[in-house]
Amino acid sequence: MESSVQSAVFYILSAIIVGSAILVVTLKNIFHSLLFLVLTFFSIAGIYVLLHAEFIAAVQVLIYVGAITVLLIFAIMMTAQIYSPVLRQTNEQVIPGLIIVGVLLITTLIVLGNTAWRVSEKLPETQSIVTIGKSLLTTYVLPFEVVSVVLITALISAIIIARRD
Amino acid sequence: MPQDYAYPGLFLLVGIIFVLFVFFLARLASPKKPNPEKERNYECGEVPFGFAWVQYNVRYYIFCLIFVIFDVEVVFLFPWAVVYKSLGFFAFIEMLIFLAILIFGLVYVWKKGALKWVR
Repeated sequence: MESSVQSAVFYILSAIIVGSAILVVTLKNIFHSLLFLVLTFFSIAGIYVLLHAEFIAAVQVLIYVGAITVLLIFAIMMTAQIYSPVLRQTNEQVIPGLIIVGVLLITTLIVLGNTAWRVSEKLPETQSIVTIGKSLLTTYVLPFEVVSVVLITALISAIIIARRD
Repeated sequence: MPQDYAYPGLFLLVGIIFVLFVFFLARLASPKKPNPEKERNYECGEVPFGFAWVQYNVRYYIFCLIFVIFDVEVVFLFPWAVVYKSLGFFAFIEMLIFLAILIFGLVYVWKKGALKWVR
């Protein structure tokens, strides 16, 4: 019963992901593409929840649905002539795109077919965020503080690049 | 546990259906007499001019980048907050260092004048 509900949710989410991903690359209006990209990100967060990875799901929502989307919105809004009747908003490289995607698909299918999927004997963590928090603040405390330094480096370099106007 | 998400899922579903239902009701109940004045975009009561799709000022991007940095920082606050009670003072000091480094960044940005809106 429970697993059938889970697989139903999985298929619904997958359908949303694939459908909105196709819309992202086919819609004419770039802003609408972005909105469907957000839907894709959000549904992927749902997949993470199904995989018991609540922390990853939260990160997905915060960083992808939140931050990356905001960055993309600003990137779109700052592009010159985005709404120009002169500019043709069509994909002019359909055939190379299809070839690349086809090669990627075939390679992935071959790899998936040749992999022996081993299932771990260990039970999944019921509260992954506790495990992550514990190890982040005890075993991996140095990398944890280094993250802060990395973030500040990103911040300062972004400011320096952006202010060079 | 994924089962715990049945409740938020239900909320999501009810939310979507509710919005669609309200739109449907509005369509049923409202009279339709469009005129150009009514169909014009709403810009706080002013007469709109030009397209909404103009090129925005690059200055917004700096705020956006700063937001992204602190958004990533918030991600690390979650696991910390969950285990804070069991780890106690040590965890508090660690997070203090983590935040202090980033607050230093914010102070740098502030002093640099990047938060100021230059015309």
